[in-house]
Amino acid sequence: MTLIATQSLTKTYGGRVTALADLTVAVEPGIIGLVGANGAGKSTLIKILLGLIAPTSGQVSVLGIDPTTDPAAVRARVGYMPEHDCLPPDLSAAELVTHLGRMSGLPRTAARERASEALRHVGLYEERYRPVGGYSTGMKQRVKLAQALVHDPDLLLLDEPTNGLDPAGRDAMLALVHRIGTEFGISVLVCSHLLGEVERICDTLVAIDGGRLLRADNISAMTSATDVLAVEVSEGTEELAARLAELKLPVARDGRLLLVPLADDGTYDLILGAVADLDLPLHRLDQRRHRVAELFATRELTNA
Amino acid sequence: MPEPSSAAVRTAPTGVIHDIGYQRYEGPRLGRRHVFGALYLHGLRTTFGLGRSAKAKIFPWLVVSIVTLVAVGLAAIRSQIGEPVATYAQFADSMSWLVLFFVAVAAPELVSRDLRSGVLPLYFSRPLPRADYAVAKLLALVTALWLLLGGPQLVMFLGAAFTTKEGMGGVWDELLDLLPGLLYAGLWAVVFASVGLLIASLTGKRAFAAGGVVAVFLMTTPIVATLAILPSRAANELAGLASPSTLVQGVGIWSLGDLLVEGDQGGPSIGGFGPVYALAAVLLVAGATALLLVRYRKVAS
Repeated sequence: MTLIATQSLTKTYGGRVTALADLTVAVEPGIIGLVGANGAGKSTLIKILLGLIAPTSGQVSVLGIDPTTDPAAVRARVGYMPEHDCLPPDLSAAELVTHLGRMSGLPRTAARERASEALRHVGLYEERYRPVGGYSTGMKQRVKLAQALVHDPDLLLLDEPTNGLDPAGRDAMLALVHRIGTEFGISVLVCSHLLGEVERICDTLVAIDGGRLLRADNISAMTSATDVLAVEVSEGTEELAARLAELKLPVARDGRLLLVPLADDGTYDLILGAVADLDLPLHRLDQRRHRVAELFATRELTNA
Repeated sequence: MPEPSSAAVRTAPTGVIHDIGYQRYEGPRLGRRHVFGALYLHGLRTTFGLGRSAKAKIFPWLVVSIVTLVAVGLAAIRSQIGEPVATYAQFADSMSWLVLFFVAVAAPELVSRDLRSGVLPLYFSRPLPRADYAVAKLLALVTALWLLLGGPQLVMFLGAAFTTKEGMGGVWDELLDLLPGLLYAGLWAVVFASVGLLIASLTGKRAFAAGGVVAVFLMTTPIVATLAILPSRAANELAGLASPSTLVQGVGIWSLGDLLVEGDQGGPSIGGFGPVYALAAVLLVAGATALLLVRYRKVAS
């Protein structure tokens, strides 16, 4: 089943500002990364998916339901974590998440149980009885995630979940999102302006820019064929390049580095053998995974 | 369940905590009516500070104890002198300024806090329609104000009913006096709640919201006073329309008559404009509610 599908989705504000332009994309269940710069239209897309705002034109379907005609049915099965601060400071996390669980239609006891379960899953234990106002940013982000999980949705829409977190907090949040997507069996749409961040955890990547679709694809299809080995020797770079060319390896120069496409493990042996034969001082030999960003960069270059 | 597995459960070691991982929710999901009810009850509890910090309880319960004490006092005096000091409607009238301060605290507590903390996207991304949010909060405030006035009226009624010397007939007469009083309290509640909540919904700052509520109700009284001394009988009789409080009193004078004002003494004269007052009250409540709904169609989208 298609998780999210849009057809020529367009949203303009006041007829002048274009937030989304002719966006057509279809993604399968899993963890989906939605990347784009600030103002690319990520939040607008999420709000359309939730049925909070109506598109100017085009069609959209979430979990097979049209949010423009039946927003309540979509929202019942979707959990939303907004980008901005949205927690009343004087309530405890347990009270807030229980209340929001009830707002999603859970009976009183079920709401209380699911709230403490959700808070436990995001890693909040005893502190859940303290007022949210005293929480760190990382804890607040976890509460926001817990309230999106409390009613056991089939899809989570996370708007910049790592916003304001330190590097360790980012890693923890991304690991949590990955766990939700893989172990909990809940599909996740993660929004971020940091490509390097979401590409680590998602199966599918959707990149938008200025409201237009740059690319949407399976992440393995995007990166698999592009791994390269970077070789650096302190001297004799020319000789090594010549030797590797003799071995029928397509060598490319990048400053002091030699870049060799990684075909299989044999490539390592060939390079090490060549370095040993020439008796060169090997400085480094490492696998360089092409960042998806580079893919977009080359793609834009070829388009230009 | 097949026999072997239940046997296995029995023989499993006890006292061990297993991380059973994430559990999907298979239980019932309640519909719109239940969610509305839950939000309404939550709002009603909030107005009295229940489920909130001790600080949030001080003011609501101070007001509750004052109105209750006044009602007990009135009932006690009446049982001594055998004559009612104030009718139920007059009690509601004289307590209106306390109700006003209660609204000034409760209405911002209900809506301004949610605006300020930005929690509304969490509500509106759930199945609950936006209008339900606003209406549930409004009904919660109406109920709270009605309880605030109606509860003490009930105390007065009980006091009168237990001390009446005319047996069941006296209780019945008393009940016939109480019911219009409760309706009049309901009118106060509806007018104060709809106008107060609309004002509070305009700002996320609780102090501004409270000030705004008090200002709208109090600043309009000088207008009434000015109109009331104009050298025109019609202007004098219509003066009460200018302020929500005098508007409510006008409707009371028209509909309750001597249950609110005895004879010609006291109370502003509204002449034959009673229906105008009633219509104005209906329009005020309808208008304020409509504006509240419009406000919540746009906010936080």
